[in-house]
Amino acid sequence: MTIFGKKVHIIFSLFLWALVWEVVGHTGWFDIFPPLTEIFKAGLEIVPTDKFHNAMSITLHAYFVGMGLAVLIGIPLGSLMGYSKVVDQLVGTWVNIFVSAPLTAIVPVLMVLFGIGQTTVIASVFMFAIWVIVLDTRAGVKSVNPSLPEMAFSFGANGWTVFTRIYLLAALPEVLAGIRMGLIRAVKGVVIGQLLVAIMGIGELFELYSRNFLFEEFWALLLMVFAFAFATAEAVGYVERRVEFYASAR
Amino acid sequence: MALRDLSRQAWMWKILSFVLFFGAWEIAGQIPISLSFPTFVDTFVAFMRMTFDGSFLGAYAQTVQPLLIGVLISSFAGIACGVGMGLWRGFEWCTLVIFIILQAAPVAAIIPLITYLYGIGLTSKVIAVVIMSLPLIVLNSYKGIRHTHPSLLEMSRSFQGSRMQEIMKIILPAASPLIFAGLRLGVGAGFIGVVLAELLITPTGIGDLITYHRSVADYPEMFAAITSIIVLAAVTLTGLLKLEVFVRPENRAR
Amino acid sequence: MNQVAEKVSNSADDTIVSVDGIAKRYEGGVQALKGVNLDIPAGQLTTFLGPSGCGKTTLLKIIAGLLDPTEGEVRIRGQKVTGPGPDRSFVFQDFALMPWATVIRNVAFGLELSGASKEERYEKATKYIAEVGLKGFEDAYPHELSGGMRQRVGLARALAVNADIILMDEPFASVDEQTRRKFQDDLLDLLAIEKKTVIFVTHSIEEAVYVSDQIVLLSRRPGKVANIFTTDLDRSVSPDEVRRQKNYLDSVDEIWAILREYLQEDESAAARKVRG
Repeated sequence: MTIFGKKVHIIFSLFLWALVWEVVGHTGWFDIFPPLTEIFKAGLEIVPTDKFHNAMSITLHAYFVGMGLAVLIGIPLGSLMGYSKVVDQLVGTWVNIFVSAPLTAIVPVLMVLFGIGQTTVIASVFMFAIWVIVLDTRAGVKSVNPSLPEMAFSFGANGWTVFTRIYLLAALPEVLAGIRMGLIRAVKGVVIGQLLVAIMGIGELFELYSRNFLFEEFWALLLMVFAFAFATAEAVGYVERRVEFYASAR
Repeated sequence: MALRDLSRQAWMWKILSFVLFFGAWEIAGQIPISLSFPTFVDTFVAFMRMTFDGSFLGAYAQTVQPLLIGVLISSFAGIACGVGMGLWRGFEWCTLVIFIILQAAPVAAIIPLITYLYGIGLTSKVIAVVIMSLPLIVLNSYKGIRHTHPSLLEMSRSFQGSRMQEIMKIILPAASPLIFAGLRLGVGAGFIGVVLAELLITPTGIGDLITYHRSVADYPEMFAAITSIIVLAAVTLTGLLKLEVFVRPENRAR
Repeated sequence: MNQVAEKVSNSADDTIVSVDGIAKRYEGGVQALKGVNLDIPAGQLTTFLGPSGCGKTTLLKIIAGLLDPTEGEVRIRGQKVTGPGPDRSFVFQDFALMPWATVIRNVAFGLELSGASKEERYEKATKYIAEVGLKGFEDAYPHELSGGMRQRVGLARALAVNADIILMDEPFASVDEQTRRKFQDDLLDLLAIEKKTVIFVTHSIEEAVYVSDQIVLLSRRPGKVANIFTTDLDRSVSPDEVRRQKNYLDSVDEIWAILREYLQEDESAAARKVRG
């Protein structure tokens, strides 16, 4: 958008909304919307507390373990699907069902299998993140220009070398896109898992704050989680853009 | 003839993959990998029983209501908003970042707050569906509008098409596949939202079936209820995919 | 009296399009065209030919009214061009067909936009679909057609609005060689009936010499008119014989000699850039 003949970056629209929020907060019309400045103050207050540290560390632990497992299993599975038609036919239907399935319904299954605790949250993160990684990796491996592996074979490379040196590298842009989507979904997985398990991490804090009408604290925590989700996605997006040149050169 | 062979082969593979999955489930249940993990056969029997004794019917009569209302609200508001963002720069500037953040953020965290505001009734559940599905529908509609092939726009201009004709005859049809993809994503997210609401806010419908059978340790029934919602979601999404040919007739198999 | 005399002298030798001092600088600062002056005779086929990036397509789109020039103006029968008009229709390099519409709806699209009744526009569309040799494909969708057939749809659409001037932007660029030759001949036959003024952009020397009455050779960027050739081929003979005529071969050689010079200048400029 242009104001007074100058281009204003789209990110500045956030300041506009922040201003609206602040004004609405000061009118006191809605008690769930305290002024943004109050929310920042509350944020500064809760960040140094032990409760917050414990909640964050348990949440980040579940997030990174679940996400790590999703990457470790998702990429090989996706590559295999892209590489072998048989695997693709056998597993494809299920991956496609799970990628858009109401995974919230699966969390109760995880609870009865793994108990009400951290393992369930990790499994929930894993279930939310893995399918999109599988699908994107598969798409990446499938889109590899067939003359690249032919070229490698013609220089005497074996199957494994071709797989690691050609397929995985050539599929990198899609794999990264899958990981980025996975990271976003994993944040949802960790929050939903913790809300349903109800006694853990930031999920517990959300319940606690809203039950006790601590809206400043509630919004402060929420904005931090939003910022975290957005920042991780953007970080992978940055790496993605750096390798994008070879998606276009294909 | 060759085509028919191919489609028959595709079916064979599909059936094989189902057999393999259910077989693995059965074996895992037989071992059992966990005392609370029922076999496939037990779950299937429970599924059939619940289908015919009306438990599913009663549950879905409750679940579908907030889902349908929420998805309809998201669809109309979302498409209108996304199309508006695609067509007007000022509107795009104001709202795009908000929706990008909402799409990336775990909006489920707001549900406790919604419960505080609107209680445990239908309204809260509808809102849970809307906040999950709206950003996806908005952003896809927006992308659809912005990705209209520039040479089609130039073509319309070369025949002196007005802005209105350009929007109605070029931009909207060109965007329709992405808008439709957004609707599918939105419906998928709506399912996530409605189940979450029924598990978290207050047990009704299918969420109640899951919670109840879990609490009395009827695991086959609990698994059957979960399977049913996954099946319903998969069938709905496939149905929507088939509906798309009404908007884009060229995709119809000839 | 004076004004009338001036008008007459302006439209002497049947000039239909006059390009006057056109320059085009894109927003990024690229100067595509500079000082282009040109008169295009009515009822003939004029080709813009030049090295890639010389602004041929830019010039064509300025004449079409799809792009605004930075300087100068284009006049059609003395009227200044301010935008697209019913006197011109455009054939796009990438066909620009609507994938969701059948062949007949695509062909009738220009008429649809001008508000013609469905009956009228389908009648006209049917006629032009037959003329470009696609009878029987009225209800097919673009993705069911080959590249050559798709461009025939694009041509039929341009003809259906009955504009005097047809502007063609590398219409055969994405069509294979055999189809291309067949299409060139069909185009010439069609134009013999339709009596249109055609402006045709191409980067193929052979194509330019084979199809046109007049070839405008543009220089490297920023594009200017470097040379104008009139080909004088005897078209009463078979296509293969036309391609063996001395006039044809000489024109091809002469144009290639000029273009090769541009190419060498480009290469040495690129080499300087790499070293520097």
